[in-house]
Amino acid sequence: MSAILELSGLSKSFGGLTVIENLDLAVESTQGGQVSDVAIKQGEILSVIGPNGAGKTTLFNLISGIYRPDSGEIRMDGRSIVGRSPEEIANLGIARTFQTLRIFLNMTVKENVMAAAYGNTKTGLWQSIFRTPASRREEREISELAESKLAFFGERLMGYRWDQPAYSLSYANRRRLEIARAMATNPRLLMLDEPAAGMNPAETHEITELIGRLRDEVGYSILVIEHDMHVVEGISDRVIALDHGVKIAEGSFADVATDPQVIEAYLGYGAASKK
Amino acid sequence: MSQIGVDQWVEQSDERRDRYSGWTAPARRAFDKLPTGWKLVGVLGAAAAFPLLVPQGEIRIGITVLLLAMLALGLNVVVGWAGLLDLGFVAFYGFGAYFYAIVASDQLPAHWPTWVAIPIIVAAAALLGALLSLPSRRLVGDYLAIMTLFFAQIFVELVRNFERLPFVSEDLDLTGGPNGIPGVEAWDLFGFQINSFKRHYYLLLILLVVLIAGLHNLNASRTGRAWRALREDTLAAEHMTTPVNKLKLLAFVVGAAIAGLAGSIFAAVQVGVFPNNFALPFLITIYAAVILGGSGSIAGVVLGAVAIGYIPELLRDPGKAGWLFYIGLAVMLVVTMKRWQPIAAVTIGLVVFGFVVRFVSSAIWDESIMGTANDTFISRFVDGWVLILGEQQDLITNYAFVVAIAGVLSVVVTRGWLRIATLIPTIYLAILVWENKLALQPSITRQLLFGAVLVVMMAIRPQGLLGTRRVEIT
Ligand SMILES: Nc1ncnc2c1ncn2[C@@H]1O[C@H](COP(=O)(O)OP(=O)(O)O)[C@@H](O)[C@H]1O
Ligand SMILES: [Mg+2]
Repeated sequence: MSAILELSGLSKSFGGLTVIENLDLAVESTQGGQVSDVAIKQGEILSVIGPNGAGKTTLFNLISGIYRPDSGEIRMDGRSIVGRSPEEIANLGIARTFQTLRIFLNMTVKENVMAAAYGNTKTGLWQSIFRTPASRREEREISELAESKLAFFGERLMGYRWDQPAYSLSYANRRRLEIARAMATNPRLLMLDEPAAGMNPAETHEITELIGRLRDEVGYSILVIEHDMHVVEGISDRVIALDHGVKIAEGSFADVATDPQVIEAYLGYGAASKK
Repeated sequence: MSQIGVDQWVEQSDERRDRYSGWTAPARRAFDKLPTGWKLVGVLGAAAAFPLLVPQGEIRIGITVLLLAMLALGLNVVVGWAGLLDLGFVAFYGFGAYFYAIVASDQLPAHWPTWVAIPIIVAAAALLGALLSLPSRRLVGDYLAIMTLFFAQIFVELVRNFERLPFVSEDLDLTGGPNGIPGVEAWDLFGFQINSFKRHYYLLLILLVVLIAGLHNLNASRTGRAWRALREDTLAAEHMTTPVNKLKLLAFVVGAAIAGLAGSIFAAVQVGVFPNNFALPFLITIYAAVILGGSGSIAGVVLGAVAIGYIPELLRDPGKAGWLFYIGLAVMLVVTMKRWQPIAAVTIGLVVFGFVVRFVSSAIWDESIMGTANDTFISRFVDGWVLILGEQQDLITNYAFVVAIAGVLSVVVTRGWLRIATLIPTIYLAILVWENKLALQPSITRQLLFGAVLVVMMAIRPQGLLGTRRVEIT
């Protein structure tokens, strides 16, 4: 086991309000198998839970480079990424989705995904203007990449949908599109901020399975924020609970869900689960 | 009958989402079915034939339109694609024009050969664009707009007061101050002088075709996508591996280079440059072309430039202005009523209304039909129907104008029969005002009608003529 992402002593406050306090965390990534022909990197799914305002999204924003931590370290593959721009961090292999959905509304579905291939492609301005053979080849590759990422979601984002503007998608499909777009950056760590928010039970079930497939078939390490405890139970290798920016529990779902501090933080949830 | 399965449902999606409705739909569908190549050849053929079909003087209009189209394409890169509100754009145009004027006139002892001057001018404009992109790293939206507007203003002031600048010696009057630079030489491409309207027109047309091809490719490339991504959501684009600052810089550079090139042609066409050529009104004209045509669409902004560049020229001629006025009325009528029955009702009502008014009015006060109609085809045609006032023409038309405006406003809030009843006298008064006043005062009318045309066009298609509907963050 080696950690793909490690946080140590991470703290962040906004004008006196401490949002993340002295947080330690490691996202594991195992080298699958000793035999080299099954060298798919297999990650883990680590769920972050906690009541609203606990600092979960802020944690993502710190990792993805939107905010700079006040103190503490963020290391990817052992090297510090503190102070790097979101673009650099994305290029290092950390991709994310947003709780508030930030897709490119006035671009087509396929373009949304293709746009995320920018960092891994290199056609220059003049090559594009003259449409050189190399640029056309790369464009084809980008197109195929986008199609393969969209194909991950079954029929939902296929066919005629490719050329539809993204604003015409349903809420659930927008969430799927955002995941496909993140996948197109070719990440090793995927951070999903409430991927099941706003979905109906059937869709939630589907997205749960999908997240599992992302780990098993593609080999991403996944950090996921989720409120739906069934989803968390279904997918998590490990769970951490945050409250007021402090990690109050860490371990398997069963351990964390029965932790008295967690139940207290959630209050309502603890009562509901015993019903 | 087989059940409609998912596949069929998907297959038929195009029919379900048919884009056109109403009575213009068949024509628009037929146009869509034409192969793109045909459309291009048609448009290009018409553009190439234009100088051969019109009198020498009107080729000048074509040149204005092509220059505006070039500028609109450049601005579209920055505003339409990258979404950066750049109000300094006109300064790059001025920079290219002044640069060319300085090196191709008696401002400097040595005249530069065209093939040396043009690449240097374009590169220098691009560099200036790169400099202006620096504030866009931190500033977006309104703040960037103000900052770049400042740049445009500085440019005009700078060329106007160049010799008075500190560090500049008194006799180095590079820009000619408020008088500008006269006597700019024509482009000389290896012995071939671009020295007539016709040659300028074709030079511009060729450059425009090359430019459109290049921009079309760029738009479909990873760079074009990245520009649109950062327009849509800069933060998300950054998280999707887009180097935002580099792309902002690229957009400014490409836009500035195009404007610089256009400027160097403009200086040669006008045989001189003056500070006011590059002041704010012209910036607004370029923006109008981009917005009217449909920000983001190449064909759109070119069409916008044709409309913005050509309509004011059309309005110089009272006969053509008359046509535009009546066609505009007809379009408004069609747009407000949509179905043919009320349109027919209004038309018939209008004709009857006019004759009744004429009959009653002439019986009461015979001066009310004593005026002489304008000497154009349409004016003579309506002469026997609408009142052409002999006396008190000004006073009465002023009142009629106010009432007509009130009528237009009430049309907006009325429905059904009431709307038809409001429309008839409103249109009648509009025609009365037109025939008695506006048609006789071309200069004022031009502005007024031009404004009205723009308002109508934008009301019909807020996204621009060829633009696609855009939604904001929901
Ligand atoms: N940029 C910011 N400025 C000030 N306060 C912020 C900012 N971002 C988040 N916060 C505050 O930090 C706290 C945690 O927010 P967040 O991380 O979004 O919580 P959640 O766990 O629900 O995702 C909230 O109280 C929020 O108001
Ligand atoms: Mg949150």
